[in-house]
Amino acid sequence: MIRDDLKYTKEHEWVKVDGDICTVGITDYAQGELGDIVFVEFPEVGDTVEKDQPFGTIEAVKAVAELFSPLSGTIEARNDDVIDDAAIVNAEPYDKGWMIKIKFSAADELDSLMSPAEYKELIGA
Amino acid sequence: MTTTELKKTPFYARNLAAGAKMVEFAGYTMPVQYTSIVGEHKAVRSAVGMFDLSHMGEFIVSGTGAFDFLQRMTTNDVAALTDYKVQYSILCYEHGGIVDDLLVYKLPDRYYLVVNGSNVEKDLAWLNDHKPDNVQLENISEQTGLLAIQGPDAQKVMAKLTDVDLDAIGFYRSAEAEVCGRKILFSRTGYTGEDGFELYLDAADAEHFWDAVRAAGEEFGLVPVGLGARDSLRLEMKYCLYGNDIDQTTNPIEAGLSWVVKPDKGDFIGKGPIMQTKADKPTRRLVCFEMIDRAIPRHGYDVVNDGEKVGSVASGIHSPSLAKGIGTAYVRRGLTKVGTELAVDIRGRACACRIVKPPFYKEGSRR
Repeated sequence: MIRDDLKYTKEHEWVKVDGDICTVGITDYAQGELGDIVFVEFPEVGDTVEKDQPFGTIEAVKAVAELFSPLSGTIEARNDDVIDDAAIVNAEPYDKGWMIKIKFSAADELDSLMSPAEYKELIGA
Repeated sequence: MTTTELKKTPFYARNLAAGAKMVEFAGYTMPVQYTSIVGEHKAVRSAVGMFDLSHMGEFIVSGTGAFDFLQRMTTNDVAALTDYKVQYSILCYEHGGIVDDLLVYKLPDRYYLVVNGSNVEKDLAWLNDHKPDNVQLENISEQTGLLAIQGPDAQKVMAKLTDVDLDAIGFYRSAEAEVCGRKILFSRTGYTGEDGFELYLDAADAEHFWDAVRAAGEEFGLVPVGLGARDSLRLEMKYCLYGNDIDQTTNPIEAGLSWVVKPDKGDFIGKGPIMQTKADKPTRRLVCFEMIDRAIPRHGYDVVNDGEKVGSVASGIHSPSLAKGIGTAYVRRGLTKVGTELAVDIRGRACACRIVKPPFYKEGSRR
């Protein structure tokens, strides 16, 4: 399932832009590929992140995956619910399974995000 | 990825129809999970699951020299096998490193060996290199399907498929009898810590068995289970996985497998170095540990003590039953006592762990 109201990255994250804040999570395809997610690790609120650089990890039963920041900026918020119970990401990747909010510092980086159609093509959906 | 085409098990179409996510394993495209590793794992612990294990290798050893040959090739005592008994054993190199671990079935007219799928060709070559003329060795892996039924309710499912008195078949015993209307070899064995059966069937009958077992198991909540849960189930029991816990560089004493090394039986390949390791006390041992910190250990991660590397993780996973990270590791002598606190280097972070007594999961219905 790919939502039409979101932007995407080639690292299988979704991005919802709202003013100068973007909310980031992983796609339904990504959670399906990872399988049962056991826990997630995110930076602290106030930490800086850089576009395309790792900012956290997802530990699934079978494998560990890195999270890459879609944009540069500072962490505005993180979802403590998924830190407590990462299975939420499997169940609701686009809603309750959101991960972090970034206050982004370079609006031109938004141009590098993929449209739903482009992401659909990437995963062959 | 090479251009070699992956082999398909005789359950391939059924796996796809059941929604399996397929991965490459041992040269086959194999189901890693159908719905969820954790869900499938829990189904086997609480009810029953079925596994396509057709990647495993099966050899028939027969002829007048079969007994002597297997005594020389394996570490366990083949003389302890009466008809239809099954034995866990090891094939070792001259230097004591492990070629493979395997099951040896004693049948009235032959021995039946079950080896790891990824080692079939290697094992076959090793056995053929040592085989005298009065022994026949046949590889029947390709034409054999292996279906395992595992879980506390496994016998209830089997009872619907056969007239055999299953209570008469103890743990590590086998039978050649009619199941699902076909005469097959099956045993009360498994790799999960639960009660269960392993069915060796003609590949041509695979779909017939798949459908019959699923139908018989439905009322007990039977689900198909992939290799992902097979790995977490076996690790909770500390059953060794070749390639992770044991390989050509580890010897049985280090791996904690001295219980299947029987020096009193006579000579066998690797005996000298293995017994020397036992006499000298191994410089490292395979231990079980559980994470104290919230983290998941993985194969190859360093085990550290006060910043110094003292070992390496062999197998690691998030245990669905215990809801924490667990693993096995080769750890330097002197630091292997139960209760010892060490750390696993997980992406640069020293995450605390504690050595524990196996198995991790102690409530299994059969172990």
